[in-house]
Amino acid sequence: MKYTEVTSSTRASSSALASSYTRATRVLGWAALAALALNTWWGLWLSPPDVVQGQFVRMLYVHPAVATMCYAGFGICALGSAAWLWPRLRSPRWDRLAVAGAEVGAVFCAATLFTGSIWGRASWGVWWTWDARLTLTAVLFALSLGYLALRRAVDNPESRAMVSSIVAMLMALTVVVDHYATSWWVTLHQNTTLFKVGPTVHGWQLATMLVSFVAFGLVFAWMVVHRYRLEVLEEQYEAVGLQSALEARRSEVQGLTGARSPAEVPVR
Amino acid sequence: MVLSVRLRSAVALAGRYPLLAGADLDVRTGEIVVLRGANGAGKTSALRVMAGLLPLAAGQASVLGLDPMADARALRRRVGLLGHRNGLYDDLSAEENVYFAVRAARLPKQAVPSALERLGLREGLRTLPTGRLSAGQRRRVALAVLLARRPELWLLDEPYAGLDAEHRELLDKLLREVTEAGATVVLATHEDRTAEVLAGRVVIMAAGSVVDGLLPDEATGLPSRAADVAQPGACRASLEAPFVA
Amino acid sequence: MWRDAVLVAAKDLRIEARAKVALNQVVPYALVVLLLFGFAFDQDRPLLVQAAPGLFWLAVLFSGLLAAQRSFSIEASDAAIDGLRLSGLEPAGIFLGKAVAVGAQLVALEVLLTGGIVVLFHTELTGAGLLVASALLSTAGVAAAGVAYGALSMGLRVRETLLPLLLAPVLAPVVLAATEAWRAALRLSTGDGWRWLGLLGCFAAIYLAGGVLSFGALMEGT
Repeated sequence: MKYTEVTSSTRASSSALASSYTRATRVLGWAALAALALNTWWGLWLSPPDVVQGQFVRMLYVHPAVATMCYAGFGICALGSAAWLWPRLRSPRWDRLAVAGAEVGAVFCAATLFTGSIWGRASWGVWWTWDARLTLTAVLFALSLGYLALRRAVDNPESRAMVSSIVAMLMALTVVVDHYATSWWVTLHQNTTLFKVGPTVHGWQLATMLVSFVAFGLVFAWMVVHRYRLEVLEEQYEAVGLQSALEARRSEVQGLTGARSPAEVPVR
Repeated sequence: MVLSVRLRSAVALAGRYPLLAGADLDVRTGEIVVLRGANGAGKTSALRVMAGLLPLAAGQASVLGLDPMADARALRRRVGLLGHRNGLYDDLSAEENVYFAVRAARLPKQAVPSALERLGLREGLRTLPTGRLSAGQRRRVALAVLLARRPELWLLDEPYAGLDAEHRELLDKLLREVTEAGATVVLATHEDRTAEVLAGRVVIMAAGSVVDGLLPDEATGLPSRAADVAQPGACRASLEAPFVA
Repeated sequence: MWRDAVLVAAKDLRIEARAKVALNQVVPYALVVLLLFGFAFDQDRPLLVQAAPGLFWLAVLFSGLLAAQRSFSIEASDAAIDGLRLSGLEPAGIFLGKAVAVGAQLVALEVLLTGGIVVLFHTELTGAGLLVASALLSTAGVAAAGVAYGALSMGLRVRETLLPLLLAPVLAPVVLAATEAWRAALRLSTGDGWRWLGLLGCFAAIYLAGGVLSFGALMEGT
């Protein structure tokens, strides 16, 4: 889809999108807050401490959910990139979805590393352990930063979409390779994974964990929707900026030569 | 007469800045068009759009009958662009540079010596790494690369830069020869006498669009100024039968 | 495509033969990196012997970054990249040609660096088959990924810093797998070295195929 078609379609919907808030996201936002509150209450008060890990088990109500949302974000990025690359499906909305997924995923990835590190420090006394999943997550984080940096470096929206979808696909395949590499590497050195959620999670703990998934899931969805809309708003802003830049450039002609100005250019 | 190039309301961007803000241009096959205009007028961008190197954000372009965006690969083989920089590999000799371009275009390597000779590059210069040549010599090597590829459309950006009088005449002669053989030339230059000498049509650009020198059939409903800017020895086409767009 | 690849590889290698950048700059850099590792590990001999494969592949990674950047700086220097795009060469061929050229330079470097670790870290060379096989596959992967991402970063303003940021995490599995393969070959670990070879093969296949398919778009994109 050419850039011009993007601008016309976003122009058409501009009346519907003056800001990135709509009633739907307001509801979503409040629901997310409520679920988070519930999660905090159950997590910190209602559910009992673990036999083995004591109070530190409460990390169970944050870390796994956050990690899952991180993978979900990157998964969305990969799917959006694949969809964009598919000729018949190609449309700017996939590219917007890809960047929304990647950015929100990166935020959750940082949170995963942070909470994982805290949990490790609290339970085992170490800030970092070379277990397979944590290592993989760290590599994933670095890859996502590279992807986001690349997006920022390309100006033209169409080439940016093309280039970042290709890179997203390559990175997705690399992650598969990384998964095997890190898990083999870990078993080679006989590290045990810290964060295996054993079969002993039940009752209040299980329930609270489920609540945490719902809560962070809602937060994730809310962030992705807003990021997507932010992208739409940016495109609209660019289109408006382009029009005024075109007009400014054309008005230079009058000043310079005093000749007739070229015919008005409708930006289709 | 057939049109080699047709640009309509071409808009090309660099980030948010419009390099071309709605340019119209027609170039007939076999003609020499001289683009004039101040720095920043969009001459280089127009040439790059015609070469298929700069995508259009709006408007239409048709070069040698092809869409420069959709059929870029097919088009680029038939087009030759000489930019501000020469596009040479400094560590390779003139011969090796031309050879690479010729083999890439799948042309026979016999084209190499004749192209170098035609641009006045004598034996001794051909084997030196181009990084050691003077600016004018490098320009001539770049022109030799272009010549050896035998493009149908020559797009030249300041080709006379660094050339002395003798070699300017050489280039003029070369351009006349290739157009007589059927190629089309569009060149951007600050030189004053060029259009006269080459019997070319002058097109003036300013602020990203074409403001003067348009052909009569381009001006949709507006009076043509083409006749006013016609130089002595103006485009032969005006004397010929109406052209086919 | 193969014709074009040979032409481009020959051109790149000829330029390298004349300019000798890899020989005069990248090789000494890699050797100095090994020396620096020695300083960083405080001459601890048993530790250096253990760490040698990892340090070797790190040095190759850093040099690979330089080689990839160099592969495109020769195109950028006189805007030769425009000529390359107009040349009529198939992008997949350009990709393969450049990857072969970078790979060849890296292989030569690796031979010298092997000598380096034998001398500096007192490594004993055993398991030549696995060493060579894993080195070739790793090099293929590094070269392919380096050229693919190098093309991307070429036209961008932030080229020098973006390429390392993109390439380093991507090459992480190569460093990991190649190190483990070499550790197994050098009898520093008891793992099965050959399955790491499979991983390296997958990585190389992904980037060679990915590059061939997408190089056209990557070259235009910036």
